[in-house]
Amino acid sequence: MNTIDARGKACPEPVLLTMKAIKAEPAGIAVLVDNPCAVENISRFAENHGYGIIIEQDGEQTKLTLNKK
Amino acid sequence: MKKNFWVIITGIVIGIAALVLVAFGNPGNMGFCIACFLRDIAGASKLHSAGVVQYLRPEIIGLVLGAFIVAIAKKEFKPRGGSSPTIRFILGMVVMVGSLMFLGCPLRMLIRIGGGDLNAVIGLVGFIVGIGVGIFALKKGFSLKRTYAQSKLEGAALPIALLVMFILVLIVPSLFAFSTEGPGAKHAPMIISIIAGLVVGGFAQRSRFCTVGGLRDVIMFRDMHLLWGAIAIVVTVLVGNAILGNLHFSFAGQPVAHTDGLWNFLGMALVGWGSVLLGGCPLRQLILAGEGNSDSVIIVFGLITGAAFCHNFSLASSAAGPTLNGQIAVICGFVIVAIVSLFNLAKEGN
Repeated sequence: MNTIDARGKACPEPVLLTMKAIKAEPAGIAVLVDNPCAVENISRFAENHGYGIIIEQDGEQTKLTLNKK
Repeated sequence: MKKNFWVIITGIVIGIAALVLVAFGNPGNMGFCIACFLRDIAGASKLHSAGVVQYLRPEIIGLVLGAFIVAIAKKEFKPRGGSSPTIRFILGMVVMVGSLMFLGCPLRMLIRIGGGDLNAVIGLVGFIVGIGVGIFALKKGFSLKRTYAQSKLEGAALPIALLVMFILVLIVPSLFAFSTEGPGAKHAPMIISIIAGLVVGGFAQRSRFCTVGGLRDVIMFRDMHLLWGAIAIVVTVLVGNAILGNLHFSFAGQPVAHTDGLWNFLGMALVGWGSVLLGGCPLRQLILAGEGNSDSVIIVFGLITGAAFCHNFSLASSAAGPTLNGQIAVICGFVIVAIVSLFNLAKEGN
């Protein structure tokens, strides 16, 4: 599974990177982010586009795994 | 609808606070205006000498401190920064030039629409067009590059400085300039303004409310979430003004507004484009500044400096209309955002 590094990126870049990665790999991807706003925005994007999401907190960073439902 | 609860509540709270502030003395349709209030603070601090727009608006201080307090309570105070500070400063100035052409930030644009000011509807059309151009740049890979973690003091510096400023204005008001006429002389009592700012700052921090983000996310991701907040503001202010007898649909005779449609359109188009590049509207920048984001602090400094330039060089419009200098500055602003957009696109394969 492809992992996108969106750490340090401000809104809406993490969502935009996620959208581009999903287009290239529709089955699912993982995204690394480091702010709560990005976690919320990507979660909403996943929900709106038919993806399940697993959120794993690891210190300062969060790993979001998106899988096609 | 459950996921939109907080952003809708935030919109309603902002709308009610705006109505209350006007009822207690703020200028018409100016319960909140981040651009106007930062401009008034620039005046109060004697960064410009336009006598009619000088007042240390406690709403701004409250917004930043409200976001600061809630961010700390929710463990979301995360100092970070270092993403293209010079460009952010300049874009902040440009956004202010566009705002003072139109006479209001995007938040005041919504509040003006809620008061029946049809010039603001023209402004909204320009705002949407500007956001569209900014989105085009984002889709081409526009980025101001990543941020990095900063020290706690870096993140807390602006909230602390604003708190000191508020204490100073309470104990030694003679340090600051205060308008005796014009919009700067119209204000709610300080206690009401600071409380309104604190409450709205807290709600806006929790909900991530952003006027630019609302339209941007609808266009880019078909995501209505943030836009519900903007809709809630307009509906709340419309209903409130109708009840209070302050709802007057017209172009002419609106408070602190002019009727030059082309320049209202262009002013807000510039604000929309610049704000998309900055990742949020002026209100959102204040909230992020409260959360410890020093990139947003730099933007706020750019907005304040831009406001001082606007009044020192006759760039700001008045009820009589735009100035020639202001029109030239808005065109220069478009050139600047175009250059910034082009030079920050992703390289091929990035």
